Amino acid sequence: MNPEDVRRALARVAHEILERNRGAADLVIVGIHTRGVHLARRIAANLAEFEGVAVPVATLDVSLYRDDNRGRAQVKLKPTDIPMGIQGKRVILVDDVLYTGRTIRAAMDALVDLGRPQQIQLAILLDRGHRELPIRADYVGQNLPTSIHERVKVRLVETDGIDEVALIFEDDFQEERAPLDNSDTGTDTDGADE
Amino acid sequence: MAVSRTIETPDIDDLLAVKPTPRKHVLDLDDFSREEIEEVLESARSMKEVLGRDIKKVPALRGKVIVTLFYEASTRTRMSFEEAGKVLSADVINMSASGSSAEKGESLLNTGLTIQAMGIDTIVLRHPHSGAPYLLAQHLNKVSVINAGDGLHAHPTQALLDLYTVQDKLGSGARGSLEGLKVVIVGDVLHSRVARSNIWGFAKMGAKVVLSGPATLMPPDLLRSSKRIARSQFASLVDVDTNLDRAIEGADVVMALRLQKERQNAGFLPSVREYIRRWQITDDRLAKAKPGALVMHPGPMNEGIEISSSIAHGGSSVIEEQVTNGVAVRMALLFQLTTGPGQ
Repeated sequence: MNPEDVRRALARVAHEILERNRGAADLVIVGIHTRGVHLARRIAANLAEFEGVAVPVATLDVSLYRDDNRGRAQVKLKPTDIPMGIQGKRVILVDDVLYTGRTIRAAMDALVDLGRPQQIQLAILLDRGHRELPIRADYVGQNLPTSIHERVKVRLVETDGIDEVALIFEDDFQEERAPLDNSDTGTDTDGADE
Repeated sequence: MAVSRTIETPDIDDLLAVKPTPRKHVLDLDDFSREEIEEVLESARSMKEVLGRDIKKVPALRGKVIVTLFYEASTRTRMSFEEAGKVLSADVINMSASGSSAEKGESLLNTGLTIQAMGIDTIVLRHPHSGAPYLLAQHLNKVSVINAGDGLHAHPTQALLDLYTVQDKLGSGARGSLEGLKVVIVGDVLHSRVARSNIWGFAKMGAKVVLSGPATLMPPDLLRSSKRIARSQFASLVDVDTNLDRAIEGADVVMALRLQKERQNAGFLPSVREYIRRWQITDDRLAKAKPGALVMHPGPMNEGIEISSSIAHGGSSVIEEQVTNGVAVRMALLFQLTTGPGQ
Protein backbone atom coordinates (compact mmCIF):
# COMPACT_ATOMS: atom_id res chain seq x y z
CA MET A 1 0.00 0.00 0.00
CA ASN A 2 1.26 3.45 -0.82
CA PRO A 3 0.24 6.65 1.01
CA GLU A 4 -2.76 7.19 -1.31
CA ASP A 5 -3.96 3.62 -0.72
CA VAL A 6 -3.72 4.11 3.03
CA ARG A 7 -5.62 7.41 2.83
CA ARG A 8 -8.43 5.90 0.71
CA ALA A 9 -8.67 2.81 2.88
CA LEU A 10 -9.04 4.89 6.05
CA ALA A 11 -11.65 7.11 4.36
CA ARG A 12 -13.65 4.05 3.35
CA VAL A 13 -13.37 2.55 6.84
CA ALA A 14 -14.68 5.81 8.31
CA HIS A 15 -17.66 5.75 5.93
CA GLU A 16 -18.37 2.11 6.79
CA ILE A 17 -18.29 2.91 10.50
CA LEU A 18 -20.85 5.69 9.97
CA GLU A 19 -23.02 3.49 7.79
CA ARG A 20 -23.05 0.53 10.11
CA ASN A 21 -23.62 2.58 13.29
CA ARG A 22 -26.05 5.01 11.61
CA GLY A 23 -23.99 8.00 12.57
CA ALA A 24 -21.41 8.51 15.26
CA ALA A 25 -23.52 8.65 18.41
CA ASP A 26 -22.01 6.86 21.43
CA LEU A 27 -18.89 5.92 19.50
CA VAL A 28 -15.47 5.77 21.16
CA ILE A 29 -12.43 5.01 19.03
CA VAL A 30 -9.79 3.08 20.91
CA GLY A 31 -6.35 2.75 19.32
CA ILE A 32 -3.99 -0.02 20.34
CA HIS A 33 -0.42 1.19 20.86
CA THR A 34 1.56 2.15 18.90
CA ARG A 35 0.33 2.45 15.34
CA GLY A 36 -3.28 1.72 16.17
CA VAL A 37 -3.35 4.98 18.13
CA HIS A 38 -2.30 7.00 15.09
CA LEU A 39 -4.77 5.19 12.86
CA ALA A 40 -7.51 5.83 15.43
CA ARG A 41 -6.77 9.55 15.33
CA ARG A 42 -6.91 9.58 11.53
CA ILE A 43 -10.21 7.73 11.49
CA ALA A 44 -11.59 10.19 14.04
CA ALA A 45 -10.41 13.07 11.85
CA ASN A 46 -12.22 11.49 8.90
CA LEU A 47 -15.40 11.11 10.93
CA ALA A 48 -15.18 14.76 11.94
CA GLU A 49 -14.77 15.73 8.30
CA PHE A 50 -17.56 13.54 6.90
CA GLU A 51 -20.13 13.89 9.66
CA GLY A 52 -19.06 17.03 11.52
CA VAL A 53 -18.91 15.27 14.86
CA ALA A 54 -16.01 14.96 17.30
CA VAL A 55 -15.67 11.30 18.22
CA PRO A 56 -13.51 10.74 21.31
CA VAL A 57 -10.24 8.88 20.80
CA ALA A 58 -8.70 6.74 23.56
CA THR A 59 -5.48 4.74 23.78
CA LEU A 60 -4.98 1.21 25.02
CA ASP A 61 -1.84 -0.71 25.95
CA VAL A 62 -2.49 -4.44 26.01
CA SER A 63 0.88 -5.61 27.38
CA LEU A 64 -0.57 -6.44 30.79
CA TYR A 65 -3.09 -8.74 29.13
CA ARG A 66 -0.90 -10.61 26.65
CA ASP A 67 -0.32 -14.33 26.96
CA ASP A 68 3.02 -14.14 25.19
CA ASN A 69 5.12 -11.55 27.02
CA ARG A 70 7.69 -14.10 28.07
CA GLY A 71 10.63 -14.29 25.71
CA ARG A 72 9.66 -11.10 23.87
CA ALA A 73 11.93 -8.13 23.73
CA GLN A 74 11.64 -6.03 26.89
CA VAL A 75 8.08 -4.81 27.10
CA LYS A 76 7.65 -1.06 27.37
CA LEU A 77 4.31 -0.05 28.77
CA LYS A 78 2.55 2.86 27.14
CA PRO A 79 -0.30 4.86 28.60
CA THR A 80 -3.82 3.50 28.63
CA ASP A 81 -5.94 6.62 28.54
CA ILE A 82 -9.71 6.29 28.27
CA PRO A 83 -10.95 9.44 30.03
CA MET A 84 -14.50 9.23 28.66
CA GLY A 85 -14.99 5.63 29.79
CA ILE A 86 -16.52 2.89 27.68
CA GLN A 87 -19.58 2.00 29.76
CA GLY A 88 -22.50 1.56 27.34
CA LYS A 89 -20.48 2.90 24.38
CA ARG A 90 -19.88 1.43 20.95
CA VAL A 91 -16.13 0.87 20.96
CA ILE A 92 -14.26 0.82 17.66
CA LEU A 93 -11.00 -0.95 18.38
CA VAL A 94 -8.24 0.05 15.93
CA ASP A 95 -4.96 -1.68 15.14
CA ASP A 96 -2.60 -1.76 12.19
CA VAL A 97 -2.23 -5.47 11.40
CA LEU A 98 -4.52 -8.37 12.19
CA TYR A 99 -2.55 -11.62 12.27
CA THR A 100 -2.90 -14.28 14.97
CA GLY A 101 -5.66 -12.37 16.77
CA ARG A 102 -3.88 -12.55 20.12
CA THR A 103 -3.46 -8.80 20.42
CA ILE A 104 -7.18 -8.31 19.86
CA ARG A 105 -8.01 -11.01 22.41
CA ALA A 106 -5.84 -9.17 24.94
CA ALA A 107 -7.41 -5.84 23.98
CA MET A 108 -10.94 -7.16 24.53
CA ASP A 109 -9.95 -8.52 27.94
CA ALA A 110 -8.50 -5.11 28.80
CA LEU A 111 -11.63 -3.30 27.63
CA VAL A 112 -14.07 -5.38 29.64
CA ASP A 113 -11.98 -4.70 32.74
CA LEU A 114 -12.60 -1.00 32.16
CA GLY A 115 -16.36 -1.17 31.81
CA ARG A 116 -19.14 -2.82 29.87
CA PRO A 117 -19.27 -1.47 26.33
CA GLN A 118 -22.50 -1.93 24.42
CA GLN A 119 -20.50 -3.28 21.51
CA ILE A 120 -16.92 -3.77 20.42
CA GLN A 121 -16.13 -3.53 16.71
CA LEU A 122 -12.72 -4.02 15.14
CA ALA A 123 -11.09 -1.84 12.48
CA ILE A 124 -7.82 -3.01 10.91
CA LEU A 125 -5.63 -1.43 8.26
CA LEU A 126 -4.26 -4.75 7.05
CA ASP A 127 -5.53 -8.29 7.51
CA ARG A 128 -2.82 -10.78 6.68
CA GLY A 129 -4.62 -13.95 7.74
CA HIS A 130 -3.22 -16.85 9.81
CA ARG A 131 -5.59 -16.41 12.73
CA GLU A 132 -4.98 -18.52 15.83
CA LEU A 133 -8.19 -17.40 17.55
CA PRO A 134 -11.79 -17.03 16.31
CA ILE A 135 -11.55 -13.30 15.69
CA ARG A 136 -12.41 -11.27 12.58
CA ALA A 137 -12.38 -7.59 11.73
CA ASP A 138 -15.52 -5.54 11.06
CA TYR A 139 -13.64 -3.00 8.96
CA VAL A 140 -10.62 -3.93 6.87
CA GLY A 141 -8.38 -1.48 5.00
CA GLN A 142 -6.91 -4.22 2.87
CA ASN A 143 -6.80 -8.01 2.87
CA LEU A 144 -3.31 -9.23 2.09
CA PRO A 145 -2.89 -13.00 1.85
CA THR A 146 0.60 -13.80 3.09
CA SER A 147 2.81 -16.76 3.67
CA ILE A 148 3.56 -17.47 7.29
CA HIS A 149 7.22 -17.07 6.40
CA GLU A 150 6.71 -13.50 5.31
CA ARG A 151 6.62 -10.56 7.67
CA VAL A 152 4.47 -7.51 7.25
CA LYS A 153 5.62 -4.07 8.28
CA VAL A 154 3.21 -1.16 8.47
CA ARG A 155 4.88 2.23 8.47
CA LEU A 156 3.02 5.43 9.26
CA VAL A 157 4.00 9.06 8.89
CA GLU A 158 3.65 9.63 12.63
CA THR A 159 6.13 6.94 13.62
CA ASP A 160 8.17 6.13 10.53
CA GLY A 161 7.97 9.22 8.33
CA ILE A 162 6.02 7.53 5.51
CA ASP A 163 2.73 5.68 4.99
CA GLU A 164 3.34 2.25 3.52
CA VAL A 165 2.84 -1.43 3.98
CA ALA A 166 5.86 -3.53 3.17
CA LEU A 167 6.10 -7.27 2.79
CA ILE A 168 9.41 -8.56 4.07
CA PHE A 169 10.67 -12.06 3.57
CA GLU A 170 11.82 -13.84 6.66
CA ASP A 171 15.53 -13.70 5.73
CA ASP A 172 15.48 -9.95 5.20
CA PHE A 173 13.41 -9.49 8.31
CA GLN A 174 15.83 -11.43 10.44
CA GLU A 175 18.58 -9.25 9.15
CA GLU A 176 16.66 -6.10 9.91
CA ARG A 177 15.80 -7.19 13.41
CA ALA A 178 18.89 -9.19 14.21
CA PRO A 179 20.31 -6.77 16.78
CA LEU A 180 17.12 -6.89 18.80
CA ASP A 181 16.08 -10.47 19.05
CA ASN A 182 16.41 -13.02 16.31
CA SER A 183 14.69 -15.84 18.13
CA ASP A 184 11.35 -14.06 17.83
CA THR A 185 9.13 -15.98 15.49
CA GLY A 186 5.81 -14.30 15.21
CA THR A 187 4.54 -12.20 18.06
CA ASP A 188 6.24 -8.89 17.72
CA THR A 189 4.13 -5.83 18.41
CA ASP A 190 5.74 -2.78 17.06
CA GLY A 191 4.21 -2.40 13.65
CA ALA A 192 5.48 -5.68 12.35
CA ASP A 193 2.49 -7.98 12.36
CA GLU A 194 0.70 -7.80 15.67
CA MET B 1 32.03 -0.59 62.01
CA ALA B 2 32.35 0.36 58.40
CA VAL B 3 29.27 2.39 57.78
CA SER B 4 29.07 3.22 54.16
CA ARG B 5 30.36 2.34 50.80
CA THR B 6 32.45 5.08 49.30
CA ILE B 7 30.77 6.96 46.50
CA GLU B 8 33.77 8.95 45.35
CA THR B 9 35.17 8.24 41.96
CA PRO B 10 37.48 9.96 39.53
CA ASP B 11 35.05 10.15 36.67
CA ILE B 12 31.34 10.72 36.90
CA ASP B 13 30.64 9.42 33.42
CA ASP B 14 32.16 6.02 34.16
CA LEU B 15 30.26 5.93 37.41
CA LEU B 16 26.87 6.72 35.98
CA ALA B 17 27.21 4.82 32.72
CA VAL B 18 25.72 1.34 32.73
CA LYS B 19 25.73 -1.10 29.87
CA PRO B 20 22.23 -2.31 29.06
CA THR B 21 21.65 -5.96 29.83
CA PRO B 22 18.38 -7.76 30.45
CA ARG B 23 17.67 -7.29 34.11
CA LYS B 24 17.21 -10.27 36.43
CA HIS B 25 17.61 -8.66 39.84
CA VAL B 26 17.00 -5.28 41.42
CA LEU B 27 19.72 -4.87 44.04
CA ASP B 28 20.55 -1.15 43.98
CA LEU B 29 20.31 1.72 41.52
CA ASP B 30 24.07 1.78 40.87
CA ASP B 31 23.66 -0.66 37.97
CA PHE B 32 20.66 1.14 36.47
CA SER B 33 21.24 3.41 33.50
CA ARG B 34 19.36 6.66 33.31
CA GLU B 35 17.35 5.25 30.40
CA GLU B 36 16.38 2.19 32.42
CA ILE B 37 15.24 4.35 35.33
CA GLU B 38 13.18 6.43 32.92
CA GLU B 39 11.61 3.27 31.51
CA VAL B 40 10.67 2.02 34.97
CA LEU B 41 9.09 5.40 35.78
CA GLU B 42 7.19 5.37 32.50
CA SER B 43 5.87 1.86 33.16
CA ALA B 44 4.92 2.96 36.66
CA ARG B 45 2.73 5.63 35.13
CA SER B 46 0.74 2.94 33.32
CA MET B 47 0.58 0.93 36.54
CA LYS B 48 -0.79 3.94 38.40
CA GLU B 49 -3.60 4.08 35.85
CA VAL B 50 -4.43 0.47 36.77
CA LEU B 51 -4.45 1.40 40.47
CA GLY B 52 -6.96 4.17 39.72
CA ARG B 53 -9.50 1.79 38.18
CA ASP B 54 -12.66 0.51 39.81
CA ILE B 55 -11.40 -3.03 39.32
CA LYS B 56 -7.75 -3.03 40.33
CA LYS B 57 -6.64 -6.26 38.70
CA VAL B 58 -4.76 -7.14 35.52
CA PRO B 59 -3.66 -10.66 34.55
CA ALA B 60 -0.04 -9.80 33.70
CA LEU B 61 1.62 -12.03 36.32
CA ARG B 62 -0.95 -14.79 36.50
CA GLY B 63 0.67 -18.01 37.62
CA LYS B 64 3.74 -16.26 39.03
CA VAL B 65 4.65 -16.66 42.67
CA ILE B 66 6.36 -13.95 44.70
CA VAL B 67 7.77 -14.44 48.19
CA THR B 68 8.32 -11.50 50.47
CA LEU B 69 11.10 -12.64 52.77
CA PHE B 70 11.52 -10.15 55.60
CA TYR B 71 14.15 -10.47 58.31
CA GLU B 72 13.29 -6.98 59.61
CA ALA B 73 10.12 -5.25 60.65
CA SER B 74 8.26 -3.43 57.90
CA THR B 75 4.71 -2.48 57.18
CA ARG B 76 4.59 -0.23 54.16
CA THR B 77 7.27 -1.84 52.01
CA ARG B 78 5.91 -5.30 52.56
CA MET B 79 2.28 -4.33 52.06
CA SER B 80 3.26 -2.31 49.03
CA PHE B 81 4.96 -5.30 47.40
CA GLU B 82 2.08 -7.54 48.35
CA GLU B 83 -0.47 -5.22 46.82
CA ALA B 84 1.69 -4.72 43.72
CA GLY B 85 1.94 -8.47 43.20
CA LYS B 86 -1.74 -9.08 43.79
CA VAL B 87 -2.95 -6.31 41.47
CA LEU B 88 -0.85 -7.98 38.76
CA SER B 89 -2.49 -11.35 39.62
CA ALA B 90 0.66 -12.97 41.02
CA ASP B 91 0.36 -15.15 44.10
CA VAL B 92 2.18 -13.58 47.02
CA ILE B 93 3.52 -15.55 49.96
CA ASN B 94 4.64 -13.59 53.00
CA MET B 95 7.44 -15.01 55.06
CA SER B 96 9.01 -13.48 58.15
CA ALA B 97 12.11 -14.53 59.97
CA SER B 98 10.12 -14.86 63.15
CA GLY B 99 8.03 -17.99 63.09
CA SER B 100 10.05 -19.53 60.25
CA SER B 101 12.99 -21.91 60.08
CA ALA B 102 15.28 -18.92 60.42
CA GLU B 103 14.51 -19.14 64.11
CA LYS B 104 15.79 -22.70 64.08
CA GLY B 105 19.04 -21.43 62.66
CA GLU B 106 18.55 -21.95 58.93
CA SER B 107 20.92 -19.76 56.96
CA LEU B 108 19.71 -17.15 54.50
CA LEU B 109 21.23 -19.07 51.63
CA ASN B 110 19.52 -22.33 52.57
CA THR B 111 16.22 -20.53 52.96
CA GLY B 112 16.78 -19.07 49.50
CA LEU B 113 17.57 -22.47 48.00
CA THR B 114 14.43 -23.89 49.60
CA ILE B 115 12.34 -21.11 48.10
CA GLN B 116 13.93 -21.68 44.70
CA ALA B 117 13.23 -25.41 44.93
CA MET B 118 9.57 -24.60 45.42
CA GLY B 119 9.50 -22.95 42.02
CA ILE B 120 9.07 -19.40 43.26
CA ASP B 121 9.71 -16.75 40.60
CA THR B 122 10.70 -13.69 42.64
CA ILE B 123 12.07 -13.14 46.13
CA VAL B 124 11.59 -9.74 47.72
CA LEU B 125 14.18 -9.62 50.48
CA ARG B 126 14.58 -7.33 53.43
CA HIS B 127 17.56 -8.10 55.63
CA PRO B 128 19.46 -6.29 58.41
CA HIS B 129 22.82 -7.12 56.82
CA SER B 130 24.14 -5.03 53.95
CA GLY B 131 24.71 -7.16 50.90
CA ALA B 132 22.35 -10.01 51.81
CA PRO B 133 20.36 -9.75 48.53
CA TYR B 134 23.62 -9.99 46.57
CA LEU B 135 24.36 -13.30 48.25
CA LEU B 136 21.02 -14.70 47.12
CA ALA B 137 21.32 -13.23 43.63
CA GLN B 138 24.75 -14.78 43.26
CA HIS B 139 23.69 -18.27 44.26
CA LEU B 140 20.13 -18.62 43.01
CA ASN B 141 19.99 -19.00 39.24
CA LYS B 142 16.26 -19.43 38.69
CA VAL B 143 14.86 -16.74 40.94
CA SER B 144 14.82 -12.96 40.60
CA VAL B 145 15.82 -11.07 43.73
CA ILE B 146 14.49 -7.63 44.62
CA ASN B 147 16.20 -5.77 47.43
CA ALA B 148 13.59 -4.32 49.78
CA GLY B 149 16.24 -2.84 52.06
CA ASP B 150 19.56 -4.37 53.15
CA GLY B 151 21.26 -3.09 56.27
CA LEU B 152 22.74 0.35 55.76
CA HIS B 153 23.31 -0.25 52.10
CA ALA B 154 20.41 0.23 49.72
CA HIS B 155 16.66 0.48 49.27
CA PRO B 156 16.30 0.83 45.51
CA THR B 157 12.51 0.57 45.26
CA GLN B 158 12.14 3.42 47.75
CA ALA B 159 14.50 5.54 45.66
CA LEU B 160 12.56 4.74 42.48
CA LEU B 161 9.26 5.73 44.08
CA ASP B 162 10.87 8.95 45.30
CA LEU B 163 12.11 9.67 41.78
CA TYR B 164 8.65 8.93 40.42
CA THR B 165 7.01 11.26 42.93
CA VAL B 166 9.40 14.10 42.13
CA GLN B 167 9.07 13.53 38.39
CA ASP B 168 5.30 13.47 38.69
CA LYS B 169 5.25 16.81 40.51
CA LEU B 170 8.23 18.74 39.16
CA GLY B 171 9.48 16.94 36.05
CA SER B 172 9.97 19.17 33.04
CA GLY B 173 9.49 18.34 29.39
CA ALA B 174 7.90 15.30 27.78
CA ARG B 175 10.19 12.87 29.58
CA GLY B 176 9.78 14.58 32.96
CA SER B 177 13.41 15.58 33.32
CA LEU B 178 14.83 16.09 36.82
CA GLU B 179 17.89 17.85 35.39
CA GLY B 180 19.12 20.64 37.64
CA LEU B 181 16.69 20.12 40.53
CA LYS B 182 18.14 20.65 44.01
CA VAL B 183 17.34 17.81 46.39
CA VAL B 184 18.21 18.24 50.07
CA ILE B 185 18.32 15.04 52.15
CA VAL B 186 18.21 15.85 55.84
CA GLY B 187 19.05 13.77 58.87
CA ASP B 188 20.74 10.47 59.61
CA VAL B 189 22.36 9.86 56.21
CA LEU B 190 25.00 7.70 57.86
CA HIS B 191 22.57 4.91 58.73
CA SER B 192 20.17 5.47 55.85
CA ARG B 193 19.89 3.00 52.98
CA VAL B 194 17.13 5.22 51.61
CA ALA B 195 19.54 8.13 51.30
CA ARG B 196 22.21 6.01 49.68
CA SER B 197 19.91 4.67 46.95
CA ASN B 198 18.41 8.11 46.43
CA ILE B 199 21.85 9.62 45.88
CA TRP B 200 22.42 7.16 43.05
CA GLY B 201 18.97 7.74 41.63
CA PHE B 202 18.89 11.51 41.71
CA ALA B 203 22.49 11.80 40.53
CA LYS B 204 21.79 9.57 37.55
CA MET B 205 18.74 11.64 36.67
CA GLY B 206 20.82 14.83 36.69
CA ALA B 207 19.55 16.37 39.94
CA LYS B 208 21.89 17.94 42.48
CA VAL B 209 21.88 16.26 45.90
CA VAL B 210 22.80 18.09 49.11
CA LEU B 211 23.11 16.14 52.36
CA SER B 212 22.47 17.93 55.63
CA GLY B 213 22.37 16.88 59.26
CA PRO B 214 24.66 16.50 62.28
CA ALA B 215 28.26 15.90 61.22
CA THR B 216 28.25 12.72 63.30
CA LEU B 217 25.49 11.34 61.10
CA MET B 218 27.11 12.15 57.74
CA PRO B 219 29.07 9.43 55.90
CA PRO B 220 32.62 10.12 57.14
CA ASP B 221 34.22 9.36 53.80
CA LEU B 222 32.15 12.09 52.21
CA LEU B 223 33.05 14.59 54.91
CA ARG B 224 36.69 13.67 55.26
CA SER B 225 37.48 13.50 51.61
CA SER B 226 35.28 16.36 50.57
CA LYS B 227 38.30 18.48 49.70
CA ARG B 228 40.06 15.70 47.87
CA ILE B 229 37.11 14.88 45.66
CA ALA B 230 36.08 18.49 45.25
CA ARG B 231 37.47 18.51 41.74
CA SER B 232 35.69 15.36 40.64
CA GLN B 233 32.38 15.70 38.91
CA PHE B 234 30.62 13.53 41.45
CA ALA B 235 31.26 16.17 44.10
CA SER B 236 29.35 18.60 41.95
CA LEU B 237 26.33 16.30 42.29
CA VAL B 238 26.59 15.43 45.99
CA ASP B 239 27.37 18.13 48.51
CA VAL B 240 27.42 18.05 52.29
CA ASP B 241 26.35 21.06 54.31
CA THR B 242 25.66 20.50 58.00
CA ASN B 243 23.97 23.91 58.24
CA LEU B 244 20.41 23.13 57.16
CA ASP B 245 19.33 26.78 57.04
CA ARG B 246 21.97 27.31 54.37
CA ALA B 247 21.52 23.94 52.63
CA ILE B 248 17.77 24.35 52.19
CA GLU B 249 18.04 27.65 50.29
CA GLY B 250 16.55 27.29 46.83
CA ALA B 251 15.76 23.58 47.31
CA ASP B 252 13.18 21.96 45.01
CA VAL B 253 12.84 18.88 47.20
CA VAL B 254 13.41 18.47 50.94
CA MET B 255 13.57 14.89 52.12
CA ALA B 256 13.58 14.21 55.86
CA LEU B 257 14.99 10.91 57.11
CA ARG B 258 13.77 9.15 60.20
CA LEU B 259 15.90 9.76 63.29
CA GLN B 260 16.09 6.30 64.77
CA LYS B 261 15.66 6.44 68.53
CA GLU B 262 18.58 4.12 69.20
CA ARG B 263 20.96 6.71 67.70
CA GLN B 264 20.27 9.09 70.57
CA ASN B 265 21.82 6.70 73.06
CA ALA B 266 24.78 5.75 70.91
CA GLY B 267 26.56 9.08 71.20
CA PHE B 268 25.68 10.40 67.77
CA LEU B 269 23.62 13.29 69.17
CA PRO B 270 24.04 15.50 72.20
CA SER B 271 20.26 15.60 72.58
CA VAL B 272 17.09 15.26 70.57
CA ARG B 273 16.25 18.85 71.46
CA GLU B 274 19.34 20.06 69.71
CA TYR B 275 18.49 17.95 66.65
CA ILE B 276 15.00 19.43 66.59
CA ARG B 277 16.33 22.95 66.90
CA ARG B 278 18.85 22.64 64.08
CA TRP B 279 17.52 20.04 61.67
CA GLN B 280 13.76 19.68 62.01
CA ILE B 281 11.87 20.57 58.83
CA THR B 282 9.67 23.46 59.92
CA ASP B 283 7.56 26.10 58.22
CA ASP B 284 10.27 28.70 58.83
CA ARG B 285 12.94 26.54 57.26
CA LEU B 286 10.77 25.47 54.32
CA ALA B 287 10.13 29.14 53.54
CA LYS B 288 13.79 29.35 52.46
CA ALA B 289 13.31 26.62 49.86
CA LYS B 290 11.91 27.34 46.42
CA PRO B 291 8.20 28.20 46.32
CA GLY B 292 6.32 24.99 45.61
CA ALA B 293 9.12 22.82 47.00
CA LEU B 294 8.14 19.26 47.90
CA VAL B 295 8.57 17.72 51.34
CA MET B 296 9.17 13.98 51.38
CA HIS B 297 9.73 11.33 54.02
CA PRO B 298 10.28 7.60 53.49
CA GLY B 299 8.35 6.77 56.66
CA PRO B 300 7.70 5.84 59.33
CA MET B 301 7.79 9.41 60.64
CA ASN B 302 8.67 10.70 64.08
CA GLU B 303 6.46 13.75 63.91
CA GLY B 304 7.85 16.55 66.02
CA ILE B 305 11.42 15.28 65.70
CA GLU B 306 12.73 15.27 62.14
CA ILE B 307 9.61 16.91 60.75
CA SER B 308 7.02 19.20 62.30
CA SER B 309 3.40 18.07 62.24
CA SER B 310 2.26 21.08 60.28
CA ILE B 311 4.78 20.30 57.53
CA ALA B 312 4.11 16.56 57.56
CA HIS B 313 0.44 17.13 56.86
CA GLY B 314 0.73 20.47 55.07
CA GLY B 315 0.31 21.44 51.46
CA SER B 316 3.95 20.84 50.51
CA SER B 317 3.98 17.29 51.79
CA VAL B 318 3.83 14.49 49.23
CA ILE B 319 4.36 11.79 51.84
CA GLU B 320 1.07 10.02 51.15
CA GLU B 321 1.63 10.20 47.40
CA GLN B 322 4.97 8.49 47.96
CA VAL B 323 3.09 5.53 49.41
CA THR B 324 0.64 5.33 46.49
CA ASN B 325 3.45 5.68 43.97
CA GLY B 326 5.39 2.95 45.74
CA VAL B 327 2.81 0.38 44.70
CA ALA B 328 2.93 1.52 41.06
CA VAL B 329 6.74 1.49 40.92
CA ARG B 330 6.92 -1.99 42.46
CA MET B 331 4.33 -3.23 39.96
CA ALA B 332 6.52 -1.87 37.15
CA LEU B 333 9.58 -3.69 38.51
CA LEU B 334 7.78 -6.98 39.12
CA PHE B 335 6.38 -6.87 35.58
CA GLN B 336 9.72 -5.97 34.06
CA LEU B 337 11.52 -8.85 35.77
CA THR B 338 9.14 -11.43 34.34
CA THR B 339 9.16 -10.27 30.73
CA GLY B 340 11.89 -9.87 28.20
CA PRO B 341 14.33 -12.24 26.55
CA GLY B 342 15.77 -14.94 28.73
CA GLN B 343 12.85 -15.03 31.12
